[in-house]
Amino acid sequence: MARRRDAEEAPRQEAAAPEVALTIDALGRKCPIPIIMLAQQINDVPMNATVAVLADDPAAFTDVPAWCRLKSHHHMGSYDLPQGGWAIHVRRNY
Amino acid sequence: MAYFDAASTEPLHPAAREALIGALDAADPARLYGAARRSRMLLERAREEAAEVIGARPDEVSFTSSGTQAIHLGVLGTLLGRRRAGRRMVTGAVEHSSVLHAGAVHQREGGEMDVVGVGLTGRVDPEEFAAAVAREGTALACLQTANHEVGTLQPVARVAEACRAAGVPLLVDAAQTLGRLPVPPGWSVLAASAHKWGGPAGVGVLAVRKGTRWRSPLPEDERERRRVPGFENVPAVLAAVAALKARVAEAERDNARLSALVDRIREAVPRLVSDVEVVGDPVERAPHIVTFSCLYVAGEAILTELDRSGFAVSSGSSCTASTLRPSHVLEAMGVLTHGNVRVSLPRDASEADVDRFLAVLPDIVRRLRAAVGVESP
Repeated sequence: MARRRDAEEAPRQEAAAPEVALTIDALGRKCPIPIIMLAQQINDVPMNATVAVLADDPAAFTDVPAWCRLKSHHHMGSYDLPQGGWAIHVRRNY
Repeated sequence: MAYFDAASTEPLHPAAREALIGALDAADPARLYGAARRSRMLLERAREEAAEVIGARPDEVSFTSSGTQAIHLGVLGTLLGRRRAGRRMVTGAVEHSSVLHAGAVHQREGGEMDVVGVGLTGRVDPEEFAAAVAREGTALACLQTANHEVGTLQPVARVAEACRAAGVPLLVDAAQTLGRLPVPPGWSVLAASAHKWGGPAGVGVLAVRKGTRWRSPLPEDERERRRVPGFENVPAVLAAVAALKARVAEAERDNARLSALVDRIREAVPRLVSDVEVVGDPVERAPHIVTFSCLYVAGEAILTELDRSGFAVSSGSSCTASTLRPSHVLEAMGVLTHGNVRVSLPRDASEADVDRFLAVLPDIVRRLRAAVGVESP
């Protein structure tokens, strides 16, 4: 359960991003807006498809995976964007 | 107004108020005339009484100008005193910012800070912490008794054993528990803050065990066993210790009552409000703190609405912080950082106020969600 990380630097996955069925552009939007957009649109993709949330509010980096845990969807990974922020990938589970 | 922000600052205890007013004219305890001698005698008696609560010798205890100063001096002074042993400091990821900021100063001066992560409840894994402490060159380990944002108790006694085995001093930040819970054994350096237990602002406690290498990182000063520079705030120290003794005497009764109210909030909030996560350990926790996060709502908006309804609470959400970053505690735990509400009950929190809080909260969250187009079931 315990994870080790530097206080300022959260873990990031470097692997290539999988295929994305829907991209939600929440860049420049503050939490909880990116989460609200994700909750409203996840049912627009087929079961087991992947949604990419683009966000640059630091809260989204923690909150999208936490939302997945609470809502029993799957957080596939978070990938750094060249312009700052992340593409946070979520698989629709139900 | 129901005040539910005791973890920020506990209202002044009546015993502290009385002692403060009675001591306002205290003379300089370092001088030799009658009034000064009397001031010194009162200060030393307060030190003995504080030492007894902490489980320390009086000469191990110094009074600082705040809990933050106690942490800064404790961290940097121990690192300086232990410089020959190494330059690594080990700390938990959810420590108070005063610990992490002192560690950042140490890093800027070429030192190393190893931050041990926490699980979902906010607790460090004692095995992982012990392994970090055992690494070569560790000069200091830091761990809080209880987390200030979510209330989770840390495994201080087990970590203290590991520190002793590794020959590494452990700084224990007891800010949220001193006066409420017994001090866990095994500390080498202990820090606390009087206004968290109902003393006045402007008093912290720094205790350094005999045999712990410590050197002041600040210019030399003869006050407080050369540990803390500056003129002692005798009236505030006397008031702080009066409150501490009173709190310890009342702790059993207060803890049982407040903990039952916290249990009620922990049980009721997820039942009354949809899409809520109550965070922190439900059992191994400080008696007075409960924190939850409401999906799809900004923490600032909940705080504003609760304030309008007569409740003073706090939040770790980024929109309520000057930094625009969410709380490092919630981030490290991996729990929702938005829609966050911390309820921390002062000693006189009433059951009626808790019931009224539980009565107004569901509608506040429902309205705020409706305003951003999220329908509550």
